[in-house]
Amino acid sequence: MSSFSLGKIFLFASIFLASISNAFCNQENDSLSSLEKKAYDPVPDIMHHISDSHEWHFWGEGESAVTLSLPIILWTDNGLVGPFLSSKFHHNDNGQIVVIVDGHSLVKIHDKIYELNQGQKSAVFDESHHIKNGILPLDFSITKNVACMLIAFFLLMLFFIISGIKAKNNKTAPSGLLSFLEPLVLFVRDDIVKPNIGKNYKKYLPYLLTLFFFILMNNLLGLIPGSANVTGNIAITLVLSFITLIVTNFSGNKSYWGHIFNPPGVPLALMPIMIPIEIVGIFTKPFALMIRLFANITAGHIIVLSLVSLIFMAQSGLGNIAAWSLSPVAVVFVLFMDLIEVLVAFLQAYIFTLLTSLFIGLATVEEH
Amino acid sequence: MGTITGIAAIGAGLAAIGAGIGIGKIGGSALESMARQPEHSSMIQTNMIIAAALVEGVALFAVVVALLQG
Repeated sequence: MSSFSLGKIFLFASIFLASISNAFCNQENDSLSSLEKKAYDPVPDIMHHISDSHEWHFWGEGESAVTLSLPIILWTDNGLVGPFLSSKFHHNDNGQIVVIVDGHSLVKIHDKIYELNQGQKSAVFDESHHIKNGILPLDFSITKNVACMLIAFFLLMLFFIISGIKAKNNKTAPSGLLSFLEPLVLFVRDDIVKPNIGKNYKKYLPYLLTLFFFILMNNLLGLIPGSANVTGNIAITLVLSFITLIVTNFSGNKSYWGHIFNPPGVPLALMPIMIPIEIVGIFTKPFALMIRLFANITAGHIIVLSLVSLIFMAQSGLGNIAAWSLSPVAVVFVLFMDLIEVLVAFLQAYIFTLLTSLFIGLATVEEH
Repeated sequence: MGTITGIAAIGAGLAAIGAGIGIGKIGGSALESMARQPEHSSMIQTNMIIAAALVEGVALFAVVVALLQG
């Protein structure tokens, strides 16, 4: 025992550590530099999942990706460039592959399809990586969002035609699909439309019911993994709020327009200020509807995708074991966020419909 | 680019503070009034949801601007 004094143990341990620390340092340096090379950046993947695309991507990367190619329909200056599947581009997104259809040379850059000018053989880029010899034709393709909207359309038609037939023949309490949809329809009619519009609510009920169920179905479909982000696309919410603008202003009666161009109780000196404010107010209300729906749904999707990317960031930062052990925690978080997103889906459909019926009610209020 | 992204994130965080305070006040006064008059709970709840959605809409304007990074 006397030969194993503390000093000798200390000496032996330090020599041992010194001899292998070199190996540790090298390994650490190597793994550090290789980590810096492949540090996972979640932003491009998140943006790819939120944006629209000409093919429906399920899994995989690059050439071996499993995708569903969707038809591309373009309107150029020479007319329609007919429906052709986007598989012709072979997942290429940087303009390298030129597809020739009906004499038009097309390239795809950042998921926008450009037509090369006459006689050009390949895309030429300038310093800021924009294409120099191509123009953008009008794109009427069936993209991922359009395909998902069509699926939502078929589902809604299916559910409501079945329930409508059952409701007509049914004399007793409803059951099955009807028992789920009928309280929703009655909720929209009795708690959203009738209190806000008043007497002639029946004229606006079809539009408001369609609005509610369209937004609800698309919000809920967007929560399924691998589905398209329909209501989080600002073009779609723009169209919905534009239709609301049209319906509100075309059903405005004399009193409504009177309040805008001749606000009551305003002294003449303030009129030049009040009238532009009122006119701008016609447009800000649907604009707020558009931004509210878009931002709520997109923010929800970004949060869920970021929580899933936590696993991949852990893998690139701390290694596979950390990623595997983090996965159950991340999945629980994602499940929790998805439940909140279901609530947000209902809430946003309710709010959009409620505010629309409020605006219609304000426009059609009877002068007493 | 990195600085603008950082400042945009700070802007989004400030918007979240605004939304939190606003919706907190709405929720607080709704709960108080529900305690005073339980029989009107559902009407109070409906109006609370409407006001909360309007406040959140304003906060999300700021989030959209932050996403566009100025």
